Amino acid sequence: MKATILVRPKPGILDPQGEAVQSSLRQLGFQVDEARVGRVIDLELDDADETAARAELERACEQLLANPLIESYEIALQS
Amino acid sequence: MSDRPRPRIAVVTFPGSNDDLDAALALDRLGADATLVWHAEPELPDLAAVVLPGGFSYGDYLRCGAIARFAPVMKAVRRFAAEGGLVLGICNGFQVLCEAGLLPGVLRPNASLSFICRDVAVCVEHADTPFTSRAEPGQSLTIPVKHGEGCYFADAELLRELDANGQILLRYEENPNGSVAAIAGVANETANVFGLMPHPEHAVDPLLGSTDGALILGSLVDAARERMLTAA
Repeated sequence: MKATILVRPKPGILDPQGEAVQSSLRQLGFQVDEARVGRVIDLELDDADETAARAELERACEQLLANPLIESYEIALQS
Repeated sequence: MSDRPRPRIAVVTFPGSNDDLDAALALDRLGADATLVWHAEPELPDLAAVVLPGGFSYGDYLRCGAIARFAPVMKAVRRFAAEGGLVLGICNGFQVLCEAGLLPGVLRPNASLSFICRDVAVCVEHADTPFTSRAEPGQSLTIPVKHGEGCYFADAELLRELDANGQILLRYEENPNGSVAAIAGVANETANVFGLMPHPEHAVDPLLGSTDGALILGSLVDAARERMLTAA
């Protein structure tokens, strides 16, 4: 099973990286009001059971892949 | 001075630490017996305090400090801290302590996105701790910072708690990096674990422009000595 984890800065959290990307895009002429930069993590899992895999990945996100103080995460599974 | 017993203080070297030798040198000069401990060690030697130094442990992959917290030695550091042992994290060491949950909050990229490397003035908020006892409350210290990710973040509720418990030990006089409430250094609730972004080990010799860092590290040496003598 393949998993894709999307980690984002939570709303309201200052994202200087996103601001730098936004201002660069504007300099290129793109009309962008806001940019937020997150992270994508692709994983391959042995787990065949989707519910179990999701529970496992949530623990992985809470413990390492995201810092819950400042980041939210989404898990997408693909068998 | 010289006949006073020298408390043993461990400085942990992670792959990518680069201020470990400076920290050890500064601690030695301030009357400690500094000893370097490699990150892969599962146990700490018998000691009176631990310092996690500055640098870029594990290349700062994922988030700074996020991987270092899994180093074998961190289990021992966690136990040491839980037993009330003195733990100081400087810069990357502060980031590691936050990621490890030994200190509240988290450090993020500077609001300016620039790497900052210069002297800053910090105000000592509380002097009744093992890390600030040589300073006076309200005293202004000049200590260099050098970091790209020193923007301290805690949400409003945590911030209120930190303030109420007196855990904010140092604040920037002019906020260089966007930290909430201009926080430069924060302690745990029991004040035996402390992390700060400025580098006291780079401010212990007049040749380097300031000796104010000696007030922080000297406080730690005093407290470590006291603990060593009490334990003996």
